Amino acid sequence: MGVQGGRPPAMNIVVLVKQVPDTATERKLNPADNTLDRASSDGVINELDEYAIEEALLLKEKHGGEVTILSAGPDQATDSIRKALSMGADKAIHLNDEALHGSDSLQTAYALAQALRTTEFDVVVLGSESTDARTGVVGAALAEYLGLPQLTLANKVDIDGGTIRIQRQTDDGYDVVEAQLPAVVSVVEKINEPRYPSFKLIMAAKKKPVTKLDAAGAEIDPAKVGLANATTETVDFAAAPPRAAGTVVKDEGTGGVQIADFLASKKFV
Amino acid sequence: MSHRLSEEYEELRRSVEAFAHEVVAPVIAGHYERGEFPYEIVARMGEMGLFGLPFPEEYGGMGGDYFALCLALEELARVDSSVAITLEAGVSLGAMPIFRFGSAEQKKTWLPRLCSGEALGAFGLTEPGGGSDAGATRTTARLEEGHWVVNGTKSFITNSGTDITALVTVTAVTGRRPDGRPEISAILVPAGTPGFSVGQHYSKVGWNASDTNELVFEDCRVPEENLVGERGRGYAQFLRILDEGRIAIAALSVGLAQGCVDESLRYAAEREAFGRHIGHYQAIQFKIADMEARAHTARLAYYDAAARMLAGEPFKKQAAIAKLVASNAAMDNARDATQVFGGYGFMNDYAVGRFYRDAKILEIGEGTSEVQRMLIARELGLPA
Repeated sequence: MGVQGGRPPAMNIVVLVKQVPDTATERKLNPADNTLDRASSDGVINELDEYAIEEALLLKEKHGGEVTILSAGPDQATDSIRKALSMGADKAIHLNDEALHGSDSLQTAYALAQALRTTEFDVVVLGSESTDARTGVVGAALAEYLGLPQLTLANKVDIDGGTIRIQRQTDDGYDVVEAQLPAVVSVVEKINEPRYPSFKLIMAAKKKPVTKLDAAGAEIDPAKVGLANATTETVDFAAAPPRAAGTVVKDEGTGGVQIADFLASKKFV
Repeated sequence: MSHRLSEEYEELRRSVEAFAHEVVAPVIAGHYERGEFPYEIVARMGEMGLFGLPFPEEYGGMGGDYFALCLALEELARVDSSVAITLEAGVSLGAMPIFRFGSAEQKKTWLPRLCSGEALGAFGLTEPGGGSDAGATRTTARLEEGHWVVNGTKSFITNSGTDITALVTVTAVTGRRPDGRPEISAILVPAGTPGFSVGQHYSKVGWNASDTNELVFEDCRVPEENLVGERGRGYAQFLRILDEGRIAIAALSVGLAQGCVDESLRYAAEREAFGRHIGHYQAIQFKIADMEARAHTARLAYYDAAARMLAGEPFKKQAAIAKLVASNAAMDNARDATQVFGGYGFMNDYAVGRFYRDAKILEIGEGTSEVQRMLIARELGLPA
């Protein structure tokens, strides 16, 4: 980034958006290859990615620039891309190739890194994990592939010139982490409150450019992606056991003690 | 021929649905119980552009249309009617008369603030002695040295006494016609004008988180240019506003009716009686099926009225039908949903109890059910 004409430099912000099955519906895996059965439930934007979009929009409002959505996924991911554009992002890149089907976290990070090389950016923002796979490693792996600093679990982001500073949420407070741009930032839900799309932006979203990108276009090596080349494999799956009935504590003078003992036995206190 | 929503309408509907569940539902029962106006919810509705839905972008609107407003009203009312009526009155009674009939100056001055939701407008039509008989207006406005001097009282005026109320457009007698009938005009009175005061705050059966007041005008002076539209056209103007408003109230009623289905379905799947969830019993199933049928048919009725209005076709009869059947559906569904909930339905902790209290006004406001029948009969050519 260079300072031009005395004005603060505009920023190119890329937000990584993943379409995931709606957590409000019953989600299924496909027994044939142990990957997600996308037909079984509606696709929605991964919830934490909505916070990432909001943070990118706030950064744009403060510093100027452009917000680009990058999403890797099949055709139906266009719904989530349009929703992201309805929130106020300027344009999108849709990485869509059958060769990517079944890619694990590392392969996904590699593919996203390749797609990012097709565009200019100062900062990449993403949710710290997805509600489906929940590996939480894509941001870190992506930074590694790009050779860029990673600032993870941010609940606050500040950019000043070429420096980015975040508060990284920890169990008992936060760390302040700083890096030089460009950088990769993953966010947690405490960071902001995502906006609801307005009708004006919903209508405008239809006219915003969405660049279609396939594996070849992103110079993705087909031998490094897809189910057959995955570094990890889902070998089996089972439904979560039904929730057991709760224990009713009848208070006959010792209710408080019983509840305290229970919490202590579960290491809550 | 299709009543399926286009992509943009569907996305708006989903956006408002999410807002209603995430922002309104968790807190509104508290506001309702305390009779508090939900300022922070209204502010967020403004941020997402709901108050500007049917207005052009040049006035800070969303460039949408009246049907977009109706969809938003339905989704809000599925969760809460106080919030929905605040939007309905703010847009179709507060801002719409200025947009439709106001001068270029009035539009420029008021619409951006009203569209953003930072300010609310109100419409003062009903009086203590005249509701359905709107022609019996007693409030007067006489022209005196370049000012209108307004005197009179208005009843049941929504959004008229909040901290963010910016104006009320009042109908007033401004003279006599040659045939002796009163000449009625609409006059814009900004909040805070000396002589304009908010009278008694009502204790209402429902809509308890919305703002409804009596307004008193005592030698209240506003500049002559605060006339909205043409002098003597006040009556014709508010008839147009009321025709549109009926579609909006129908949409709001459908929302309440659908909210009753939502709540009953949830409860039928969790409440047990005689060893099974009550959803297994035909007594409950048939009630819920009837509720869904009423909500669905009423929705089609308001979609049809809105489509005709947007196409520039006559819609008076369809709007009256939509308002009549939708408010009936809301009332019937609220009664049935409360019954599904049994004793809990009578508790204010449950949404259906609130729906029950909020439903009755829908058969009264923006033209009673009797007025709707009268309008339908006239449209059929029966003698006036």
